[in-house]
Amino acid sequence: MSLSSSLARPAGPGTRRSPAAALQAWLPKLVLAPSVAISLFFVYGFMLWTFVLSLTNSRMLPSYEFVGFAQYARLMANDRWWVASTNLVVFGGLFVAICLALGLLLAILLDQRIRQEGALRTVYLYPMALSFIVTGVVWKWLLNPGLGIQAMVRGWGFESFTFDWLVDPDMAVYTLVIAAVWQASGFVMALFLAGLRGIDDSIIKAAQLDGASLPRIYRRVVLPCLRPVVFSAVMILAHIAIKSFDLVVALTGGGPGYASDLPATFMYAHAFTRAQVGLGSASAMLMLGGVLAILIPYLYSELRSRRHG
Amino acid sequence: MDNVIRRRTFGARLGRFTLYAVLVLAALFYLLPLAVMLITSVKPLGEISAGSLLALPQSPTLAPWLKAWGEACTGMRCEGVGGYFWNSIAIVVPAVLISTVIGALNGYALTKWRFKGSELLFALTLFGCFIPFQVVLLPMAQTLGWLGLSSSRAGLILVHVVFGIAFTTLFFRNFYVAVPSELVSAAKLDGAGFFRIFWRILLPVSAPIIVVSVIWQFTQIWNDFLFGVAFSAHDTQPVTVALNNLVNTSTGVREYNVDMAATMIAALPTLLVYVLAGKYFVRGLTAGSVKG
Repeated sequence: MSLSSSLARPAGPGTRRSPAAALQAWLPKLVLAPSVAISLFFVYGFMLWTFVLSLTNSRMLPSYEFVGFAQYARLMANDRWWVASTNLVVFGGLFVAICLALGLLLAILLDQRIRQEGALRTVYLYPMALSFIVTGVVWKWLLNPGLGIQAMVRGWGFESFTFDWLVDPDMAVYTLVIAAVWQASGFVMALFLAGLRGIDDSIIKAAQLDGASLPRIYRRVVLPCLRPVVFSAVMILAHIAIKSFDLVVALTGGGPGYASDLPATFMYAHAFTRAQVGLGSASAMLMLGGVLAILIPYLYSELRSRRHG
Repeated sequence: MDNVIRRRTFGARLGRFTLYAVLVLAALFYLLPLAVMLITSVKPLGEISAGSLLALPQSPTLAPWLKAWGEACTGMRCEGVGGYFWNSIAIVVPAVLISTVIGALNGYALTKWRFKGSELLFALTLFGCFIPFQVVLLPMAQTLGWLGLSSSRAGLILVHVVFGIAFTTLFFRNFYVAVPSELVSAAKLDGAGFFRIFWRILLPVSAPIIVVSVIWQFTQIWNDFLFGVAFSAHDTQPVTVALNNLVNTSTGVREYNVDMAATMIAALPTLLVYVLAGKYFVRGLTAGSVKG
């Protein structure tokens, strides 16, 4: 790499360059410039802008009357925000844990020289191609107590069977977990399967020659090799969980009441429909904080391993 | 001895059987919603309230599909989701093409024309992949207003390009890093310029990553709901927003078969892409997340 860049710039002190050559030298930078400008304005500028809004008393429209951290204080005193945050912890925690467990299980089972492996993989993974709105609408239909799974099982003769989480304020958040796991667990399976295929066979063969049993080999040899995959998967899943908005809108609408609200729906409701731009901005900044809390350790370890690798 | 072998094969067979049973059960779990969606979408309304979720339609009909496409009410209007389907296409196609071209040039410049600070610029852009979009919604709404692009398709195209570049740049950068630089260096010595080298050397080997990028962007933008609902009006809504409106429009009898047909319509394009090019879809999903 350093070779190519030194070849590209033969100009030492005192070398004259023609305008065309100078343009050539600047072209890569010119090509990158719009993207960098876009990123500076639309990503970093907008983050700053939202932060500024969160310090104002903006209601229906942005105003720039500063009130310090008053919106954050209001947020902390807001019952609906706490419901949304608690829901995110419950939803996010279960979603990540179940996806990891199910994904790992399916990947290990699929790795046993299965016939029709390709077909099964395709089936496990297709939900990931769907929109969360589609997933939400379908599961809303399946979980609808009157005509969905509950009615079907009752129709089989189990008259007292009850599965009405969708309309139960205490359980609605778990319907989000079911639908989200359905959508994303196949993807985690694909990650783990790729990880399993990347493990050197000779390590496993050696363990087998030593007489280790299959479960023991998996626990002691294979799982430790998969640690980076677990790390990436957690990071991607946590990111999906924090950003979950469409699924809530389509599946529960945040309800019953606001029992299944998440921060993303809280932010949208306050910023766009309840004329609370200041409060909405403050909640968006806290969401960003949540993402950074996950991202920074990840990037740190990623960069470190790249430097060493 | 003979006995031992037979017992082991029996145990192994039982193990194999359990293995397949678990795998097939899991497959049923993933397939159930799709099957129910499909079955419900071709049932007359009477059969839905009378029969079971999984009962096959007695007299299958395409009427719910036609109604979902052309007549069903999405909020105030009753024109079906057909028009919104075309909206989505009109937004997706330009947004995918523009973001992929920009990503390819960025990736090329970042790997084959490195300069002081280019890695830093890459890291800077990469951050755009990770932000929760809630943090840009309000400023974006105002900026689109200033640009005169509020509630327009062009505005949505702009938004998707702006926030797609980070991903496409990542894809192409990671791909071009692995392309040997010797040819590029030789071409530079021969005096070939920036675009000529891209056109002659990099582009001919880029087919796989172009497919990955196009598929990724297509699925992301087609499936988008947040930007669609925040930055569109009645005429410019993408199909995901229209679908949500259709399902939540509560006038008259709930027509679940029409709901499911509309859901299938919204899901078909990305499903089709997945079936046709699943390998590339998976590669896009896992790009950068598993170190190879």
